[in-house]
Amino acid sequence: MGVAITGMGIISAIGHSVAESKTSLLAPKSGIGTLKHIQTKHSDQIKVGEITLSNADLTTQLQLPKDHNYTRTGLLGLFAARAALQDAQISAISEYRTGLISATTVGGMDMTELYLKQFATDPEAQKYIQSHHAGDSTQKIADALNITEFVTTISTACSSAANAIMLGARLIKAGKLDRVVVGGTDALSKFTINGFKTLMIQSDDHCAPFDANRKGLNLGEAAAYLVLESDDVIAKEQKQVLAFLSGYGNANDAFHQTASSENGEGAFLAMTKALELARLTPEHINYINAHGTATPNNDLSESVALQRVFGSHVPDFSSTKSFTGHTLAAAGVVEAVFAIIALQEQTIFPNLNFKSPMPETGLKPVTSVVKIEVQHILSNSFGFGGNCSTLIFSKA
Amino acid sequence: MKNVYLHSAVSISAQNTFDSDGFLEDMKPISGSTVPAQYPNYKDFIAPMASRRMATGVKMGVSAASKALYNAQLTQPDAIITGTGMGCIEDTEKFLNSIIGNAEEFLTPTAFIQSTHNTVGAQIALGLKCKAYNNTYVHAALSFESALLDAQLLLQQEEAKHVLVGGVDELGTEIISHVRHMEDANTNGIQVPFGEGASFFVVSSEAKAIQLVDMDICSTASENTIQQKLNGFLNNNEVQASDIDVLIAGRNGDVFDPYYDSISTLFKNPTELHYKHLIGEFYTASSFSLWTAFRILNRQHIPKPLIYKGETKSKISTILLYNQFKGRDHSFILLKR
Repeated sequence: MGVAITGMGIISAIGHSVAESKTSLLAPKSGIGTLKHIQTKHSDQIKVGEITLSNADLTTQLQLPKDHNYTRTGLLGLFAARAALQDAQISAISEYRTGLISATTVGGMDMTELYLKQFATDPEAQKYIQSHHAGDSTQKIADALNITEFVTTISTACSSAANAIMLGARLIKAGKLDRVVVGGTDALSKFTINGFKTLMIQSDDHCAPFDANRKGLNLGEAAAYLVLESDDVIAKEQKQVLAFLSGYGNANDAFHQTASSENGEGAFLAMTKALELARLTPEHINYINAHGTATPNNDLSESVALQRVFGSHVPDFSSTKSFTGHTLAAAGVVEAVFAIIALQEQTIFPNLNFKSPMPETGLKPVTSVVKIEVQHILSNSFGFGGNCSTLIFSKA
Repeated sequence: MKNVYLHSAVSISAQNTFDSDGFLEDMKPISGSTVPAQYPNYKDFIAPMASRRMATGVKMGVSAASKALYNAQLTQPDAIITGTGMGCIEDTEKFLNSIIGNAEEFLTPTAFIQSTHNTVGAQIALGLKCKAYNNTYVHAALSFESALLDAQLLLQQEEAKHVLVGGVDELGTEIISHVRHMEDANTNGIQVPFGEGASFFVVSSEAKAIQLVDMDICSTASENTIQQKLNGFLNNNEVQASDIDVLIAGRNGDVFDPYYDSISTLFKNPTELHYKHLIGEFYTASSFSLWTAFRILNRQHIPKPLIYKGETKSKISTILLYNQFKGRDHSFILLKR
């Protein structure tokens, strides 16, 4: 059946908990809006999926000392990871071999970009020198949760969290861990806003994935984590299972550093591998949570790959990035949480802002909240560097 | 569960380790705050057009990967897995400084595109047109070890037969100068230069002379608990402390070196080696020690500059690698000939 998921925690632009996320998805209510927390020249020309809580709010809620050197990435990560453990009703960490695998792309960039020119002289700023590297947020989360042994960080651009979930599942299956907290965290930063600006793939309006006239993506920030546990722990502790991770696939497009290939080869391979591992055929998939960034290149390439895998019977699909924005390293796990909510509620979520299908494929995503029977959900995450990953979640 | 073997090992470091078929005969002492690697002739491995856009780490990584595949007589690996502590810090600093310097105007995408942590793994895949499993680990001093552990898992579980795995870090200029400054402000700080390099390996489930028996990582441990961890690790692998011929430790002279002393006391008559005084400290420096172990086991010879204490042995069959950074991110790697 796959690897059992027993807990989840999330913070994104559409809510600070699983319950709030569910409310927004069912409303449906997008979290995309105007940038508030970051000072940038581009504020008026972009829309973002920003979390309303400031760093000070997060510090208070997490009961951290005021002089801490958490970056926003670390704060968001701890917030969501703690919630995931609570949801799984885990308090005694050391009872079982427990690991943490977290994903990030920006790491401590949100502080580095503020303080780089003060690092030499300002003692207040210097505490952030050591928090620049990508492993820092993970180390802090591990320490706060008392996870002492298997701890690591993955960074494969926008497929990062999907790969973190995948590694966790493989370690459980191999019997190397009894349980593992898997997910990712990425804060918005001036660095990524300007980076995507140079690539000219950021929309000045609410993003419209899979639409013929899509103008690009909205950046977002989020952190989310799942708790995976072995069958032995589930049996012994009589744990309630939220859903199963039944398949996963990782492939590389090997086409271009940032662009996806025309035939969506990497995406096709990742989806095919995941289906094989789950021992499912395409017709078993009831809903696809697409990568769907709303860039012209990704959505076309992904659509072609979907048609290659599913032929003329592409299942109901949507991109929930129209709710959260593209949360980069966290996207894979944010959308994993949404997939689990969909399995629990037997409801699929709309692709907001869609008007007309792209002429190349004619594919139409789901545009309203729909109650359907959902047994298996396929979720895609693709990144720069050709990194393509697919996860399949199945009903408990 | 399949066994794991090392088929090739290639290293670019501050020493002449890449071009030479020797083994540290022409060792040069290193000093100063930072020490760059001895770069190979990139033209032998990368087309000049592509090379121009690549930062140091990408060029080192692609070259080392290419030679590791060649030495293992492998054209297409079943997986490409890299580890990097600081990622593409040159391009990161470049893009960051153009944002600051030009007040967010007139920016070009090249540095941003090449600044993502998975650039090395991506460029290797692109060069080989390799569509296989591809992953990048970025967890400080466990970056390379995480990559190796993933490779071990793929091979043991028969998800792959031949895996290309490597660790790479480039110095950059700005962040490293601040890190050095903080280190030097502390009398108990790191006593070797900061360095850079790339070490790549082909690991395989196909039997060869040198076996990667097992490895383990641990995020936090005290000097006492690390002894227990090691005992547990050796027990799991049915290895006695007396079986270890050589210990290669990641000593860098800072206040956390007692962790190495703590491990060292478990062995009665060890040959203990160090290496960071030859290549510098960086998050993936430990990948150099795996290259060193591979050469020692193959050649049955230990170059003098590597010896920290003890005598060199006539027959070397089992080597243990131990590394940590600032008292955290501990790793054990056990190799056997």
